[in-house]
Amino acid sequence: MIINHPLLGPRDSAEFTYMGDAKQIDRPDWQSPNALAQFIDYAYMRDNPAGAHRELWYHEQGDRSFLVVTRDTTTHEIFSVELASDVARIQGRIA
Amino acid sequence: MKLWEGLEQDLNYNAMVSQRGILNLIHSDAQRDAFTRRGNAMILNGADADLLSTEIIQKRYPFLNVSNARFPIKGGLAQHRGGTVRHDAVAWGYARGADQMGVDIIQNCEVTGFRIKGGECLGVETSRGYVAGGKIAACVAGSSGRLMGKANMRLPIESHVLQAFVSEGLKPVLPGVITFGAGHFYCSQSDKGGLVFGGDLDGYNSYAQRGNLPVVEDVCEGAMAIFPMLGRVRLLRMWGGIMDMSMDGSPIIDRTHIEGLYFNGGWCYGGFKATPASGWCYAHLLATDAPHEFAKAYRFDRFEKGLMIDEKGVGNNPQLH
Repeated sequence: MIINHPLLGPRDSAEFTYMGDAKQIDRPDWQSPNALAQFIDYAYMRDNPAGAHRELWYHEQGDRSFLVVTRDTTTHEIFSVELASDVARIQGRIA
Repeated sequence: MKLWEGLEQDLNYNAMVSQRGILNLIHSDAQRDAFTRRGNAMILNGADADLLSTEIIQKRYPFLNVSNARFPIKGGLAQHRGGTVRHDAVAWGYARGADQMGVDIIQNCEVTGFRIKGGECLGVETSRGYVAGGKIAACVAGSSGRLMGKANMRLPIESHVLQAFVSEGLKPVLPGVITFGAGHFYCSQSDKGGLVFGGDLDGYNSYAQRGNLPVVEDVCEGAMAIFPMLGRVRLLRMWGGIMDMSMDGSPIIDRTHIEGLYFNGGWCYGGFKATPASGWCYAHLLATDAPHEFAKAYRFDRFEKGLMIDEKGVGNNPQLH
């Protein structure tokens, strides 16, 4: 697979480490009343869809950025690639 | 193991069960400690295990490269009763056995949903109509997430692709099954002469039933590290299958929170070996509503209770199990 890195252009997926569902960005608030249930869900439960899947790829052999890749799990076709920091910024998780 | 040994007699079907032995190679002192522990665990649980020295391995398998500079072979853990079996024949044998005992096997019939009322599962909707049942048992492998999603369940499982390979036919060169300990590679020879081998998962969520080339290269490098004699052997075919990778590398055989709906899955890529035992334990659960003694720990709630069965200590990274 070729991942079209937003900064570095098309790169071989072998340069990346797969880090799972992009929902891992949404770490729950540890102070919320049902934090335990939220963390169990966050850590262990997965949607595991057949079709479009937003997932984290870490450019370990490159610029060490985390990317959010939207990929079809039934065909391996990649629809979009974003910097995970941009995604987190849009969600208001980082300034 | 005894279920495998009696399988062909029980089913009156030639599943080509061949107890040619399996050898896990050791490449470092730390690995020898780990495999000694594994061997002791196997013996304590009534299975066989035999720690072999490099000299004995060299004598029995003279083609192995024991002095590879990077991954020298320091010994091995052998289970002499392990071996190979023809997977198609196992499926066919079980299917015929079940059919003869009165089970209806309905082919080309897709489950499209579960009929659930008041927290109780009454039956399944299929592409060929509704089927009611007192107890509904799900056991699909690979697509567990998709199936249980129809009952609005999320699972501690990701689906990943695992590739397998067959070489061109060779004269008998490989007695038994051999696994490489430093990378991830295992190999045996089929009765037709083809070498059957595989290695790591591709490492990303997939339902595509095909993999990518980096893993092919990695598996073949593993082969070359211990079997330099295979350098000129050509690949005949390769394919990818979908694995239910659970969050701790162990399966789930349990009731769900929905009354009357049962689940068996998350076997990662070790499920085939466990076929008879998995069926045995699942049947016990279905018949008695209580887990079989051997499957007590394979519960849904082990993740929230912190009772994970962690074989490798890699945490909730299904692609690493």
